[in-house]
Amino acid sequence: MKPFQYLRPTGVDAAVRDLTAQPDAAKFIAGGTNLIDLMKEHVEQPTTLVDINRLPLATVEELEDGGLRLGALVTNADTAYHPLVEQRYPLLSKAILAGASAQLRNMATNGGNLFQRTRCYYFYDTSMPCNKRHSGPSQGPAGCGALHGYNRIHAILGTESADGNVHCIATHPSDMCVALAALEAVVRVSGPQGERTIPIADFHRLPGDTPQHDNTLRPGELVTAIDLPANGFSHYNSYLKLRDRASYAFALVSVAAALELERSDASGDQISAARLAMGGVAHKPWRKTEAEALLVGQRPTPDVFGRAADALLDGAQGYGHNTFKIELAKRAIVRALSQAAKLEPTE
Amino acid sequence: MQTATLPTPVTQPRSAPPEPVGTGVRSFSLTINGAEYELNVAPWTTLLDALREYLDLTGTKKGCDHGQCGACTVLVDGKRINSCLTLAVMHEDHQITTIEGLADAQTGDLHPVQQAFIDHDAFQCGYCTPGQICSAVGMINEGRVKTDADIRELMSGNICRCGAYPHIVDAIRDVMQLNPTAQ
Repeated sequence: MKPFQYLRPTGVDAAVRDLTAQPDAAKFIAGGTNLIDLMKEHVEQPTTLVDINRLPLATVEELEDGGLRLGALVTNADTAYHPLVEQRYPLLSKAILAGASAQLRNMATNGGNLFQRTRCYYFYDTSMPCNKRHSGPSQGPAGCGALHGYNRIHAILGTESADGNVHCIATHPSDMCVALAALEAVVRVSGPQGERTIPIADFHRLPGDTPQHDNTLRPGELVTAIDLPANGFSHYNSYLKLRDRASYAFALVSVAAALELERSDASGDQISAARLAMGGVAHKPWRKTEAEALLVGQRPTPDVFGRAADALLDGAQGYGHNTFKIELAKRAIVRALSQAAKLEPTE
Repeated sequence: MQTATLPTPVTQPRSAPPEPVGTGVRSFSLTINGAEYELNVAPWTTLLDALREYLDLTGTKKGCDHGQCGACTVLVDGKRINSCLTLAVMHEDHQITTIEGLADAQTGDLHPVQQAFIDHDAFQCGYCTPGQICSAVGMINEGRVKTDADIRELMSGNICRCGAYPHIVDAIRDVMQLNPTAQ
């Protein structure tokens, strides 16, 4: 690790001030499970760390509208095992528990999970070209090593920039964020200009021609909480994660599926609401409301699920080693929806 | 004859950030296995390096140093974490338990999980064992295990290069008095 100054404010405003004083050189640290690793590799080289662990952001609170507010500093483990999350947002609980290891979930925080950086091997290796890492010679050359390199874990959707070029095919690594996308969570932030809220769909971004930016936060802003809407789709949901080993690995493809079913007539159920989001396939959790609209009003059948999968994967493009993900993703969507509808068991 | 023109001198603003203050050694104390230890270390010292290199508590092992192997697992306020991915300075007000602190300080009796690892021959080279044992103690505290499959899933953050996994599961199941046929 490169030397840094260590600050430990106790209030949100002080933390924002500490960061704003050096917006390019300072970083917040909470659990630190990703940041410290990146600092060891010199991918991140902050000259100031602002330790926010003493800020009063470690509570889970019920909201008047029936939703739930998850403090930014509540650990992933405490969130996944929180009785209200388990009861009302089992999709979120399952997604969190599908990620990392028990040790990491005990340290990693909800706020920090939003800021996980890609596990692209080229991003992690400062001797390799990387447009996401590149911000100066100290962080290695520009370019994308993955595009024509070993790209088994990389993105198949949303990679093209407006000019038709591809600058980065990294994926967002979080499981939690895929469930948050399906649940339409809202991120609360505090910054030099005050507080604001950001729908999770607008929080992360596609790489375009500026892949160094993972999200839409402004300089100095601090995530204080994540709000979950009242509807947690607690009856019909599934988080399906496909990976190279059974536990403790990042997703090749993951699917958060959530449904509401109504008995339409004696012959069966009809889908009245649907949410579908994917991980491991793009620079952000991948969701398209058009795909969900194809499910609403339909009976839950494999054919219907397949059409939704095709819509969600429309425009998917492989880059060689990751081309298998397109078919894998389609099957994963159909299976996750079947699990959510309780047509097939979860393992 | 040409006259050489010198380039106009340009005063470049210094692009380097101001030298940060407070990057030097910090003095603080950590509570480890019930005892207070004074430390004088740089803030970028991980908890793992503080234990091993500054406090001579070398039972906690450095494996990958990237949070992938679990050899560095310790308990902080009873919860298992990777000590390689956290800074020592972040734990001033926490109760840290390492493998050295699991046995009964009065009698010297081993912790039941330590004894079970011996009884079940749950290691070969032993390098991952302190992390495996601390992780198992943390997992038992969490109270989420009902089956062997739960043990395997919730111990997946601890890698054993020798492949002692079946005996590790046997040892933990024994301590938890689980039915071996529970699925």
